[in-house]
Amino acid sequence: MKAACFHCGAACGSAAHSRADKSFCCAGCLAVFELLTENGLAGFYQLAEQPGIRVAQPTATNRFAFLDEPAVRARLVDFADDKLTRVTFHLPAIHCIACVWLLENLFRLLPGIGQSQVNFARKEAAVAFDPARVKLSEVAALLASLGYEPELKLADLDAKPANPPARRLWLQLGVAGFAFGNAMFFAITGYFGLDAFTGPQLKELIGWLNLLLAVPVVAFSAADYYRSAWASLRQRLLNIDVPIAAGIVAIFAQSVWEVASGRGEGYFDSLCGLIFFLLCGKLFQQKTYNRLAFDRDYKSFFPLSVTRVERRFPNRLADVADKAGSETGAPQESRVSLSELAIGDHLLLRNGELIPADAKLLSGPALIDYSFVTGESEPLAKQPGDYLYAGGRQMGGAIEVETVKPVSQSYLTSLWNQDAFRKDRTESFNALTNAYSQRFTKIILTVAVGAAVFWAVVNPAKSLNAFTAVLIVACPCALALAAPFALGSAQRVLGRRNVFLKNPFVLETLARVNAIVFDKTGTLTAAGAGSVTWQGAQVARHSNVETSNATRAEGLDIGMSSYGELTDAEERWLYSMTRHSTHPLAVRIGEAIAGQHFPEPVRSFLETTGCGMEGQVDGHEIWAGSAAWLESRGVACSSRRKEAPSSPDPTQSEPPHVGSYVHVAIDGRQRGCFVLASALRSDSGQLITELSSRYELALLSGDNERERERFRALFGSDALLQFNQSPLDKLDFIKRLQRDGKTVMMVGDGLNDAGALKQADVGVAVVESVSAFSPASDIIASAQMVPRLAEVLRYAKQSVATVRAAFLISTIYNIVGVSIAASGNLSPVVCAILMPLSSVSVVAFACGMTAWLGRKLRDGELRVESRCAAASQLSTLNPQLTGGAA
Amino acid sequence: MSVIFFLIPLSIVFAVAFLFAFIWSVRSGQYEDTTTPSMRLLLDEKIAAKPDSKPDNSPNPKLK
Repeated sequence: MKAACFHCGAACGSAAHSRADKSFCCAGCLAVFELLTENGLAGFYQLAEQPGIRVAQPTATNRFAFLDEPAVRARLVDFADDKLTRVTFHLPAIHCIACVWLLENLFRLLPGIGQSQVNFARKEAAVAFDPARVKLSEVAALLASLGYEPELKLADLDAKPANPPARRLWLQLGVAGFAFGNAMFFAITGYFGLDAFTGPQLKELIGWLNLLLAVPVVAFSAADYYRSAWASLRQRLLNIDVPIAAGIVAIFAQSVWEVASGRGEGYFDSLCGLIFFLLCGKLFQQKTYNRLAFDRDYKSFFPLSVTRVERRFPNRLADVADKAGSETGAPQESRVSLSELAIGDHLLLRNGELIPADAKLLSGPALIDYSFVTGESEPLAKQPGDYLYAGGRQMGGAIEVETVKPVSQSYLTSLWNQDAFRKDRTESFNALTNAYSQRFTKIILTVAVGAAVFWAVVNPAKSLNAFTAVLIVACPCALALAAPFALGSAQRVLGRRNVFLKNPFVLETLARVNAIVFDKTGTLTAAGAGSVTWQGAQVARHSNVETSNATRAEGLDIGMSSYGELTDAEERWLYSMTRHSTHPLAVRIGEAIAGQHFPEPVRSFLETTGCGMEGQVDGHEIWAGSAAWLESRGVACSSRRKEAPSSPDPTQSEPPHVGSYVHVAIDGRQRGCFVLASALRSDSGQLITELSSRYELALLSGDNERERERFRALFGSDALLQFNQSPLDKLDFIKRLQRDGKTVMMVGDGLNDAGALKQADVGVAVVESVSAFSPASDIIASAQMVPRLAEVLRYAKQSVATVRAAFLISTIYNIVGVSIAASGNLSPVVCAILMPLSSVSVVAFACGMTAWLGRKLRDGELRVESRCAAASQLSTLNPQLTGGAA
Repeated sequence: MSVIFFLIPLSIVFAVAFLFAFIWSVRSGQYEDTTTPSMRLLLDEKIAAKPDSKPDNSPNPKLK
């Protein structure tokens, strides 16, 4: 059993170091451990289990030398004098309480460092140090050597805002709250008729006092509403802030007039309350968004992993010789999640995989498609040694790269949210709120003007009162808040269950879905669960004579093992080929035959989506793919063959005819095929039954018709089953459904059907252990959530229903309030009570309902990692190709 | 009841004092970070003071 690194928790390879009964995965981790224990900071390890960050290589001390340049230094530090310099570093690696403790005890590690303070939410550490004893570059190097690589963005530091927005909002809120409390307090005397005892002077005094209190609120606290309303008016739009701003101005103007003319004490208390509650909602919203952004930026957001290559060092040969002699010296490949990547790791990127962090190309001619980043679709050819930017996508064979920068989760998220991947259909985006608020604003303004005109004729004294009262009592904030709150918290609920939404508004579309299209591979069938068997082309022995005479024209003799089992060399060639592809079938074949092979270089690798892959290994031309594809190249495939009992494994209980076939031809001659038994996910049947009553279902598959019967039985007679589909066919299929007025959800593996995922109204990319990031999708769901798809859909519907219910509550409130107001009978008390009550109740309802419904959503949190482990165990248990059928 | 004419301005004076206290607290950055202080509370000084558990029989693992 491999031990976990005491410092960072990564699995210790054979090159592990150990010190004092504790094992470490690398020299970097050991160095940090020793540094900490020597300086009395061993408490770091008591605060959390394996709290450290993997440090692959000790940091070179001069790496940050550029920070000591006066110009750079001046831009970076917050404060500097002779005795003290203060600098704030952004450290993306901060992730737990032990980090906080360690970073705040930094002074124990390097004399000259003073106080350091961590802001956990912003992942920042402010460090004070004595410039006479410590250089800025040394502080940065110390942080880097502990694994907290500072993220230095000098460009951003140029214009540091003097007052961050959050601080301004707090001030606005404080001023409004202060004024609201006091104004209400004073106003109570009027409500209870205290002026009966004191005469009209009190009323007058209170009127002026409240006016005084309201001025800073209207001028400072509400300033953002005027700005936003003005900006929206200039674009000839009516956003939700327009009636708010109009209402504030109207109330204020009327109240001032009332007080100045001695008619009453105005509505200042209501006005301050209105602004106070609006700002409360805004702050709450901002906090929720921040927390969401934090969840997204933190490593838990994308369940993505990459293949890391670790080369064993020759001098470690002796250590491992007893384990598996033949394995030594081979590059060890392991799948690690993005968050575990360290700078300097070597990664293997296969066809279609995304470069997760800025990296240097080590081997292989790379053809990088930067369309996610730049929108430029023409791939760029790169040579070893070239610098590759994160977000590019490798096209063609596998390449090996070395990361030079840490992975930025937020950067990958921003790629996902890029305009290029936004759906064209704008009505689906934020439709609920926008449509409603536009209408709301118009209606309220019409009613207000109507009431003013009506009363101007009937009773001019009431005219202005009615006009402002309508604007006061009409509460648009409930509308503005309901959707972001309900959908935002629903997004969090789903995120915790490994279903990640691109943005909260995907839920609106999700709720409208009425047709679901499944891509077979990797969604309904579980990868890694079924066996992989090789069937030598024994039929080819008979059919070869007639069909491949043409290819045989050169009279090449195949040799003794030409039929039946694969030779070692052939297995190695195929293994080398599969390493270049991310196709689920290729990955499974690769896992099954990995055995003890070293990959060989593959030349002119080409993968044709939906068809297969080709390339040259060791001078042999290898083709692997669908029968139709090979046949189109003149290779006969024995697809007519009836199923032989292909699986000698007695534990294999599933019917043998379920599976995908990958045909292999070597040097233009059929060699046989791999049968990948695809076990249906255990609850697939239940899922389909559950869905089929409410949705139109369809299945698309690039495979041939072999499995039609099985899926027909599963899907029922109404469903559309399409086989032999090319990616373009899939896209057209979705388009056809949409033309019929369907809202389509497409569930695919995100790689081989990216076009269809993008075309669908909601594209769901299902990820298993290895996955390439697919910005075309709207939802990334971990594979174990697929059986729970029906629940996710139901939850989306319920969330949107919650928003609608909140709208309804708010509408009823508004109808009641506005009709009282329009009749000219609105008293300040009613206004002051109704206004905040409506906002608070709507927000509480929206958040409460989504959280409560979310609790009912069954917990699907099998850890992704544990599944990976299970899958890799499976493939090590059964690494050999089970023999041919002959 | 005319005492109220004295009490109201007095209450305003108090309230304004609190308002300024609030403004000061925001300006001094106390609302910047509401997460870390709650974590810092859990960090025991004792852990830091504890003699390290290093058995130290390794041959001088000096770092730099």
